[in-house]
Amino acid sequence: MSHNERDWSVHPPYIYPEYKSTILRGPKKPLIAIEHSLSELTIPAFGHGQMQEFDNDLTINGRATNGQMVGEPLGERIQVSGRILDEYGRPQVGILVEIWQANAAGRYIHKSDQHHAPIDPNFFGGGRCVSDENGRYSFMSIKPGAYPWGNHHNAWRPNHIHFSLFGMSFASRLVTQMYFPGDPLLALDPIYNATNDQAARTSLIAKFSEEYCIPDLALGYEFDIILRGPMATPMEV
Amino acid sequence: MGNNKLKQTPSQTVGPYFSYGLTPEQGGYDFKSITSPILVKKDTLGEHIILQGHIYDGNGDIIPDAMIEIYQADHQGKYISKEIPPSDDVFTGFGRCDCETNSNFCFKTIKPGSIGDGHAPHINMVIFMRGLLSHAYSRVYFSDEMDANHNDNVLNNVPSDRRATLIAKRTENENGDIIYQFDLNMQGINETVFFDV
Ligand SMILES: [Fe+3]
Repeated sequence: MSHNERDWSVHPPYIYPEYKSTILRGPKKPLIAIEHSLSELTIPAFGHGQMQEFDNDLTINGRATNGQMVGEPLGERIQVSGRILDEYGRPQVGILVEIWQANAAGRYIHKSDQHHAPIDPNFFGGGRCVSDENGRYSFMSIKPGAYPWGNHHNAWRPNHIHFSLFGMSFASRLVTQMYFPGDPLLALDPIYNATNDQAARTSLIAKFSEEYCIPDLALGYEFDIILRGPMATPMEV
Repeated sequence: MGNNKLKQTPSQTVGPYFSYGLTPEQGGYDFKSITSPILVKKDTLGEHIILQGHIYDGNGDIIPDAMIEIYQADHQGKYISKEIPPSDDVFTGFGRCDCETNSNFCFKTIKPGSIGDGHAPHINMVIFMRGLLSHAYSRVYFSDEMDANHNDNVLNNVPSDRRATLIAKRTENENGDIIYQFDLNMQGINETVFFDV
């Protein structure tokens, strides 16, 4: 079984000076080619079957319950759903999807986030699920707020949700971010813009989807993810 | 066939705030982790080892906000892949460590067996951090396996003056634990070898 290449025309470079932290952290020497073995072509057994109730509902899984009244998280409720496919459009089944995000005010629950926006006691911001037999995943959440960061004067991250995925092999591993349509901060964001290919960059922006809206409850966003996978044999295409 | 191929979704940095989503128990957050830096139970077969190290940036400063994943075969050189239903007493060979806690990574695992001819025992590693837009793949080989390392197809494809960056040094601590020290340099003359997996 041979694998498609990691497509460096879409993945951002290691050194992208506009994003300052890359300057001292990105590898500078050329990557060394590797012949694929089971080390790269298998995927660990974990996380599948370990899902708990509400793991994919961030509007419920982080509500304060420590003796206090259980409240609703603040913000605009959203449903984010999409399909995980390989480069030939084949659904990727049983893929572990993990997400984390800021709350509606743009504040992470992370201990070192010092942004003085409020913590929401009813919102944690972490979730996970496993894609179904059609490669589909789905999360209920809150639209995350923008937040400032120290990269440059007036640097604000556009609204985004962090995604982590395991594909069908260790070589398919992907960590990425999903953005929202119409965000004026996208044009100014060095992380988003580090992907040079415009079509690939735009693929990180979810589409508003009436289909995924839930009446009287949540707005819908569709975000499909394309993972690296085994090469298709001519018969399959 | 090339025309209808879909483009891979671009990678993006893991950022500084991944811990509560990806390594919540290790970071002290109230959310169950799906994996941890401790891959072994007391009775896991094979030689128990500690794999630890620091990650340094281009100035030689320690990088604390990084995450490392490892994936390895068991002591017989067999991968427990997704096809095998996981259970609590199976050594899955997969672990994840958030470097924030002690500014280093530290896995408790076993030394893997060789997965076949031309393959020295090794542990696969993926590195994520703020400032790394695409994750980096590396491999850990063992200082007490020099014969096998000499016959390893992957190591032999690495320029000889860079191979040492992939070899973890075996020592023992005062408790008699076997330690393999594996420091990573993101840049500089001793830049760790990263693979185009
Ligand atoms: Fe973020």
